[in-house]
Amino acid sequence: MVNFFSLVTEFLQQLLNGLSLGAIYALIALGYTMVYGVLRFINFAHSDVFMVGAFIGYYFGKIVPVGTLWGGLLVLAGAMLGCALLGMLIERLVYRSLRPAPTLNVLITAIGVSLLLEYSGQLVFGAAPRTFPAIFPSANFHLGELTISSNQLFVIGVSIILMVFLQFVVFRTKIGTAMRAVSLNPKAAQLVGVNIDIVISFTFALGSALAGAGGILYALNYPSIDPLMGVMPGLKAFVAAILGGIGNIPGAALGGLLLGTVETFVGGSQWSTYKDAIAFAVLIVILLFRPAGLLGKFTVEKV
Amino acid sequence: MKFLRPFFLVAFASTALAADPIKVGEYASLTGKEASFGQSSHKGLVLAFEEINAAGGVLGQPFELLTEDNQTKPGESATAAKKLIARDKVIALLGEVSSGRSLEAAPIAQANKIPMIAPAATNPKVTQTGSYIFRVCFIDPFQGTVMAKFAKDDLHAKRVAILSSVSNAYSVGLAKYFRETFVASGGEVVAEKNFSEGDKDFRAQLTAVKAENAEAVFVPSYYTEAALIVRQARDLGITVPFFGGDGWEAPQLLEIGGAALDGCYYSTHFSPQNQAPVVQEFVKKFKARWNDETPDAFGALGYDSAYVLADAIKRAGTTEGPKLRAALAATRNFAGVTGITTIDANRDASKPAAILAIKDGKLSFYKTVAP
Repeated sequence: MVNFFSLVTEFLQQLLNGLSLGAIYALIALGYTMVYGVLRFINFAHSDVFMVGAFIGYYFGKIVPVGTLWGGLLVLAGAMLGCALLGMLIERLVYRSLRPAPTLNVLITAIGVSLLLEYSGQLVFGAAPRTFPAIFPSANFHLGELTISSNQLFVIGVSIILMVFLQFVVFRTKIGTAMRAVSLNPKAAQLVGVNIDIVISFTFALGSALAGAGGILYALNYPSIDPLMGVMPGLKAFVAAILGGIGNIPGAALGGLLLGTVETFVGGSQWSTYKDAIAFAVLIVILLFRPAGLLGKFTVEKV
Repeated sequence: MKFLRPFFLVAFASTALAADPIKVGEYASLTGKEASFGQSSHKGLVLAFEEINAAGGVLGQPFELLTEDNQTKPGESATAAKKLIARDKVIALLGEVSSGRSLEAAPIAQANKIPMIAPAATNPKVTQTGSYIFRVCFIDPFQGTVMAKFAKDDLHAKRVAILSSVSNAYSVGLAKYFRETFVASGGEVVAEKNFSEGDKDFRAQLTAVKAENAEAVFVPSYYTEAALIVRQARDLGITVPFFGGDGWEAPQLLEIGGAALDGCYYSTHFSPQNQAPVVQEFVKKFKARWNDETPDAFGALGYDSAYVLADAIKRAGTTEGPKLRAALAATRNFAGVTGITTIDANRDASKPAAILAIKDGKLSFYKTVAP
């Protein structure tokens, strides 16, 4: 008989799968939520920075010896740095000059940047999927009937570290305080001497670095990368950020984990055909009852 | 690819007789997610037409192959077909490997009375579109039966799980035909899970499959998803054999799947390890033409479809739509590199299937199954 023990094992395995998927959504969602919190607009190009991170890791991973811990960490750091620079570049070249313009203009421009990155990626990298190298040593651990891959553990571990680091930066450092000040009231922050340009650049750099890390972690677990790989995870992470309350950091993390877990459980059930539809339906239901998201408030929210 | 066009015109110009070329249109996935399919069939077609032209062409005229890339995007094949027929005035359309994309172009070929030959589309619906649509490969009811028998007799599996792509006509069809035959022969489908084209994470579905203790898992999908599925299955500790259909046929399957694919099988139309002289001759010519690359099923089928077309034009004595169509429909016992092609009343071909095994990261021929 399909006994209780095997049901529990299956449940725990799916929970683990869901957490590891959700951790990636959470990392990307953090970028969306931070930029919204500080600048009040959704950076649609964020999902493509995620894609660029994966490609940086792909090329970097060729130089570094395969399957070593330090090599993998080097690739991760390199991708995060590269994406931080890309994020700052986009902000400097595109968004800064649009700051006085209505938010709609910036939003549409962000969509334009996203499409530019995707199709330039297809031109430069070619549209065919590539195999991401196994930059970290890979192993599978077995806990009874549960199987955990080291890559999954790595995703969860790195995500937790990065989220804790983000909380530290936002709440315990000067620049973090400046970010919170700008998100509360940009004009007042300027009056007390906060350099808005630096704060905004830093926000983009931080958010993009997280997207880069997300790209590497995603590519580690799903080693087929292509220039359009950011579209679906980006959409889901955006949904996760809204789900948790846009502008709220713990909200983004919660939203990501929740969405990843729901998607995984539905994917393992008899309704697996509808897993994407159900994940988005959850968003609609939650917004009906809590329009500001799970942890969000309608008043001006701190980052 | 667009850059090959000038190459063609130069090649044909040097071997052509002073006669109007016969324009044939090709639409294929030369770039994008299933680039391997398009590039394979394209190489087979090019090789065939070059040979035919070197031998003097057909009806005293050389062939000119006009190629459009659909980039593996839905909707693009219809545009490509329209372009080739309306603007380039091709007399026949060759394409595609994917059933879904063939179904996009078929109605356009049918409406314009231009014969279309699909080299490797296996879903029955493709030729059901109309009397001008043909194929030179077997269809999925046969492929599903082959793999169902294989699961029962060779893998000795009575409990099988199916993991198919819900947004892919080929996958849905092949899963259905497999299920029907397998259940009818006494087997049990213990789990049937779905995913979408382009999905990367299958752990949820695989965990559910693992819980059902299947003895083998049938994955009638294309190669990128199949490779990721088997990799993730091995990560989850699922050790039973995985098997699939001709959608697995691509070098990227082994690239992405790696060691996880050992002990897996799939059915296809052709094996380069077949020692028949006509096959070995073709392999040699293909390698010489394309940088020492070994041809796969789609290269072989592309090659055969070009020759079937040339043969039909010869018999018809003209490239006019209705007469060419009738000649194609009358193709009997045409000997090609993928076997003997006879076009039946449904405009399908009845061909043997080759089952390939994967061992130590390499493909090896397992057996042939005759229709």
